[in-house]
Amino acid sequence: MLGTELQQEAERQITICNACRYCEGICAVFPALQMQRSFVAGDIDYFANLCHDCGACYHDCQFSPPHEFAINLPKTLAGVRQESYGHYAWPAALAPVFARNGLIIALIAALSVTGFLAGMIAWNAPGALFSAHTSPEGFYALMSHNAMVGLFGPVFLFSIFAMLMGLRNFWRDANAVRMVEGAAPASLWQAVKDAGSLRYLDGGGAGCFNEDDKPEDKRRLYHHLTFYGFLLCFAATSVGTIYHYGFGRVAPYAWWDLPQMLGTVGGFMLAAGTGGLMAAKKRRLPDLVAPETRGMAMAFILMLHLTAVTGLGLHILGGTPAMGLLLALHLGVVFALFLTMPYGKFVHGLYRFAALVRLAMAKRTGLKTRVMA
Amino acid sequence: MMSSPSAPSVDVLVIGGGNAALCAAIEARRQGASVLVVEAAPKVYRGGNTRHTRNLRCAHDEGNEILTGPYPEDEFWDDLMRVTGGETDPELARLTIAESKTLWDWMNGVGVRFQQPLGGTLNLGRTNAFFLGGGRAMLNALCDTAENMGVEIRYDTSATALDIEDGFFKSALIEGPDGAQTIHARALVTAAGGFEANIEWLKEYWGERAENFLIRGTPNNRGTILRMLLDAGVEPVGDPTQCHAVAIDARSPQFDGGIVTRLDCIIFGVVLNNRCERFYDEGEDFWPKRYAIWGRLVADQPDQIAWIVFDEKAAGRFMPSVYPAISAPSLEELAEKLGLDPSAFAAEIGRFNAAVVDGEFNTEIHDDCRTEGITPPKSHWARRIDQAPFHAYPVRPGITFTYLGTRVNREARVLMQGGRPSANIYAAGEIMAGNVLGRGYLAGIGMTIGAVFGRLAGEGAARHVGN
Repeated sequence: MLGTELQQEAERQITICNACRYCEGICAVFPALQMQRSFVAGDIDYFANLCHDCGACYHDCQFSPPHEFAINLPKTLAGVRQESYGHYAWPAALAPVFARNGLIIALIAALSVTGFLAGMIAWNAPGALFSAHTSPEGFYALMSHNAMVGLFGPVFLFSIFAMLMGLRNFWRDANAVRMVEGAAPASLWQAVKDAGSLRYLDGGGAGCFNEDDKPEDKRRLYHHLTFYGFLLCFAATSVGTIYHYGFGRVAPYAWWDLPQMLGTVGGFMLAAGTGGLMAAKKRRLPDLVAPETRGMAMAFILMLHLTAVTGLGLHILGGTPAMGLLLALHLGVVFALFLTMPYGKFVHGLYRFAALVRLAMAKRTGLKTRVMA
Repeated sequence: MMSSPSAPSVDVLVIGGGNAALCAAIEARRQGASVLVVEAAPKVYRGGNTRHTRNLRCAHDEGNEILTGPYPEDEFWDDLMRVTGGETDPELARLTIAESKTLWDWMNGVGVRFQQPLGGTLNLGRTNAFFLGGGRAMLNALCDTAENMGVEIRYDTSATALDIEDGFFKSALIEGPDGAQTIHARALVTAAGGFEANIEWLKEYWGERAENFLIRGTPNNRGTILRMLLDAGVEPVGDPTQCHAVAIDARSPQFDGGIVTRLDCIIFGVVLNNRCERFYDEGEDFWPKRYAIWGRLVADQPDQIAWIVFDEKAAGRFMPSVYPAISAPSLEELAEKLGLDPSAFAAEIGRFNAAVVDGEFNTEIHDDCRTEGITPPKSHWARRIDQAPFHAYPVRPGITFTYLGTRVNREARVLMQGGRPSANIYAAGEIMAGNVLGRGYLAGIGMTIGAVFGRLAGEGAARHVGN
């Protein structure tokens, strides 16, 4: 049985796609759905997370609105995708966060920044916030390394755990036709390649669509900048942690040192990529946008963008009296980002990756026939 | 027709907005002509039946990254002879096949992308080049290319009158969102399709039966331009009474239902009319060889409706279609749902079941599952309809295209009655496909004829303008 109205609508459309098959060369969704004749809720979630929202099938489809078959998979699957995040969220009690995601994340970010500001003022001598730039230990003068680790460590670990539980829910969804679970290493590697190259965000080679019917969309580039920029920033933090605990080398580091280089390059990439994504999102053809997904997508990109911009600001203005405020801002944004990771758009990457693994497995090993109850 | 000296003019006017029209527009523009395309449909529905196509058939001596093997000209010729039974103009057929060899490169050059067919395509990967994303994607590429070259395309714009004097085109009255306007052009390319969406015209040959026909493609193929040309003395070609008709789901929209309304399950069951009678051998031959006769067969039934009936054994064994089957736990209940007489329905299925001779069911070959002692027989793939739940699809004739057209020569110029070529009128696509495909159907050949004669028409029109 199909749970939600959106899933039912998606099933209606997918049934028509399965009878047509003209789009089978465009992306992964169509070959995946062509492997089945009937669909249940878990299958629809799987297709929804496989969809990269390139928009090509909408412009190529002879049955797009105003045709009475009204096929619009990019929009419909975007809605299903958002619902699926809530459906698989752990703990389940937090699923409603996805429904009003933009507002909630904005509030958490604001609270978090305020908390860091208030904390730094309360725990330090009066005026320290604006004079820390002169001290040799840099921003650790405002917040000690141990305090940062003590605060961020548990939140980060919790988020990782919550996301892994969500991933497990997605993978184990009993309400889905099962692929034969096999060829795991090869399928994982295939998914790494497909996700890492955004193989399916290019309209099958013709390009993606955003604001009009021309396949000139740049979101693939922006997403690469965002994703790899984020990874570089993450690598910077990781190298810093290894320096700290492994070699006793404590921040601040020189501009040429690895954490600084990775962070700077990654920060610029992340800022540029998220900037591009936000602009593209604002221009996007309204026909392709599921209104209920707008807040969540924008909140996540904005959080990443602020992370990058405040981090770069800290890097450039670290030696000025603005450092204290920027630090509070940066830490507040990053803290909110970590805290909300399992309950925002960040999870799209996890479920899409899992969907790509599932597709790779299904292609290699086939599907198990489900016994209809 | 009114024509004022100040009326706007263009070198080449193209009427129609599908594959043939755009190929003509691009080719004429390449030769330096100014080109105006008038498309009767709004932009979202542009392209007529090209929207519903998926591939084009092209001869080639070697396979490539998409086409899985060679398809020599002679094999193409043999295929065409087989389906048309020789009802073709051999000179134009040879020309079409020879020119089709250049279409792969030409289409790639104007931004059309191809893909390997993955499924549900009747094994055409060797002979036919499949468009990535289907015909609408292909058309989008053609329109983009044409507009980038400076071709003007006006949507929602129809030609409502043609000023033709003794085979010489002078001007056209066009009506669009901004009102009516006379356009003078030095050459005219007509690529406006057939008349299958004109039910009144179909009624001339089919009588009231045509009221129950569904049209698989665009509602704009009303044959308006074809009629104007014939009235202006252009020589017709093709049997006016004939059209390509398949059996499609009776619940489909009257127009533009396209590929998803097809039903590929007739060989798995039996077909009954509304008197609960079988009327044709459902297992006469492989489905790809027989699907095109069922539109006509259903058209000859009372009220032009029939039902494909099958049981649970057959469910899921054929390509899915747009609407779910109508199902019931017993034959009588199914008949009630279909609005048929339950006892007559069950009796006919019972007669069929009693005549079934057991065999080894295999749809890959002409198997030995058949009936004995009933008329009509089911020659192959006959299995008793006895496993609940029982299923049915209602079917009606679905018209794909018509054969009547304008006779043309090797330059795609239309021929006037008596055989003299028009000075400046060209035709391409479905409006002249009957020159090559006088009967039957060969997958993807409509696009081949459209592209080949579209290019010839564009080239010829530009040459005429240049002289």
